[in-house]
Amino acid sequence: MTDADPVRLYRTVRLIRRFEQRAVELVHGGQIVGGIHPYLGQEGIAAGVCAALGVDDVLAGTHRGHGHVLARGADPARMLAELCGRLTGLNAGRGGSMHAADFSIGVLGANAIVGASGAIITGAVWARRRQGHDTVGVSFFGDGAVNEGMLLEAFNLAALWRVPVLFVCENNGYATTMPVAGAVAGSIAGRAAAFGIRAVEVDGQDPEAVRDASVAAVGRMRAGGGPELIEARTYRFDAHHTFEHAVRLDYRPPDEVSRGRARDPVRIQGERLPDAERAAVDAEVEATLDAAVRFALDSPEPDPADALTYLYASGLTARAGGG
Amino acid sequence: MPRLSYRRALTRALADELARDETVFLLGEDVQVGASLVTTGLAKRFGTERVRDTPLSEQAFTSFATGAALAGLRPVIEFQIPSLLFLVFEQIVNHAHKFPLMTGGQCSVPVTYLVPGSGSRTGWAGQHSDHPYSLFAHVGVVTVVPATPADAYGLLVTAIRHDDPVVVFAPAGAMDVRDDVADLEPVPLGRGRVHRFGDDVTVVAIGHLVHDALAVAEELAGQVSVEVFDPRTLYPFDIDGLTESVARTGRLVVLDDGNRSCGIAAEIIASVVERIRLLAPPRRVTRPDGAVLPFAPALDRAVQPSREQLATAIHLTMKDSS
Repeated sequence: MTDADPVRLYRTVRLIRRFEQRAVELVHGGQIVGGIHPYLGQEGIAAGVCAALGVDDVLAGTHRGHGHVLARGADPARMLAELCGRLTGLNAGRGGSMHAADFSIGVLGANAIVGASGAIITGAVWARRRQGHDTVGVSFFGDGAVNEGMLLEAFNLAALWRVPVLFVCENNGYATTMPVAGAVAGSIAGRAAAFGIRAVEVDGQDPEAVRDASVAAVGRMRAGGGPELIEARTYRFDAHHTFEHAVRLDYRPPDEVSRGRARDPVRIQGERLPDAERAAVDAEVEATLDAAVRFALDSPEPDPADALTYLYASGLTARAGGG
Repeated sequence: MPRLSYRRALTRALADELARDETVFLLGEDVQVGASLVTTGLAKRFGTERVRDTPLSEQAFTSFATGAALAGLRPVIEFQIPSLLFLVFEQIVNHAHKFPLMTGGQCSVPVTYLVPGSGSRTGWAGQHSDHPYSLFAHVGVVTVVPATPADAYGLLVTAIRHDDPVVVFAPAGAMDVRDDVADLEPVPLGRGRVHRFGDDVTVVAIGHLVHDALAVAEELAGQVSVEVFDPRTLYPFDIDGLTESVARTGRLVVLDDGNRSCGIAAEIIASVVERIRLLAPPRRVTRPDGAVLPFAPALDRAVQPSREQLATAIHLTMKDSS
């Protein structure tokens, strides 16, 4: 199952864009505590990759993970409620921005530890295939993760055991403030090549280019081709984290930021639609997000007495911490 | 009555669970050959798909197991060396343990981490001789340290069936213990066992040290009546069972093969004394603070808790309350 419809792809990038802008407003307004890592500018990658997936497939994301969860089809209202720490959130307010998960649609969680998702997804895909599913998986990570040993170990395991995992490196040029040139010896694609993993580089700002590369990779993986890697070149339009809105960190030259922002995946995909059609999508997205914000802010907060509910799946209870 | 070694009890538990439940699989280094002598014969019986040799990639295969558990399987990982747990502490604590809460109850992570040969194996020196069970109790991962063949079988079976991560330490010092075993059955988590009843002092002993405590109790019989309590599970801990024992004896000594500072002995003592008043200050016999086991056998032994130290602690506790 693939999604070749340019309108749906546009809707996804537009939804993520406006969701993130609304979320930033809610951070500034104090309704989202702890801040977020905005996915602004990178929307085309999540949208393009998820357009290539079927219902049996699974993914895991990163600390900059809202786009992956939304592109996979999670309810924006429950996602926003999660960011606001509400009981109605995807994770019942227990995960927040960095851990949003929706197992009902194969989202095994945003994961806040850089490079952690690769091995988890490899295990999950292997297990589902053992149980008779035609599952492929996606592990999203940033350019910073390619220097994490456990991700490179996961490359090896997935290739060795021919587990169909699409490793998607969202190369936005910076690991927080560290530029790729200061951190990555060799190349990202070269790391894949060392494990015999086919790697392609794509323009992450073009949702259709990402989709086409993903469709091709997923097709080869389903045919038994083993894991693949896509390096999607992208640019983060906003801060590493919203704390930068209050504290100015000087690490990206202004002209670089301007150039990066000029290649906007939402605009690029939007221009592929007739104006009227684009306007209709925009209006529908706004209505969806208006409703999502109302739903999130009207939702109840969890009861502090339930702070450790879900700590143990087995029902084991922990001793309280008081005297 | 058939005699069963601790090591074979572990093998039997793995085989029984692999046979009983298709979702159980085993992975680790050299498990097909059975280098630890625990997984011997399992690959032949259950196939190399379910008894999987891994490359030396502990972090990846530990999280691979987490992913497989999230997708409905019940992985058992064997670690040949206890210190490998340091390498995968992040994967166990930050992912396997935290997923159920962080996802708001959307998943469970039923993985068993089996460490046959934990603690000192005389001559294996600094990086192969740790006993880091207190670390897992501290972070709230279910932690099991069986002392006998029957408990090794029963607790490993229970660990595999448990819906949360469980670390099973099988101390090197217990691996060759043999016992008459009539019935093999699952042993519940969090339930201790009194191996020997006594009136004067309760000795809590962990893992292989249970056998040392029983030897000392026998040695001191006639002078001091020693009760030997084996918690079997360190987390969750059978504090009710232990309190009942100490309430009778009034005295408490803990024998623990972990390092002293922030070790499980400290936790056990604190948990008892915040509930009941003792007749004498409690004592603990442990490895020293920050212990690194030196290579030379005499030095290795000098750092591990000994029967002599336990006997001394018992005498001092009796003296303190007379």
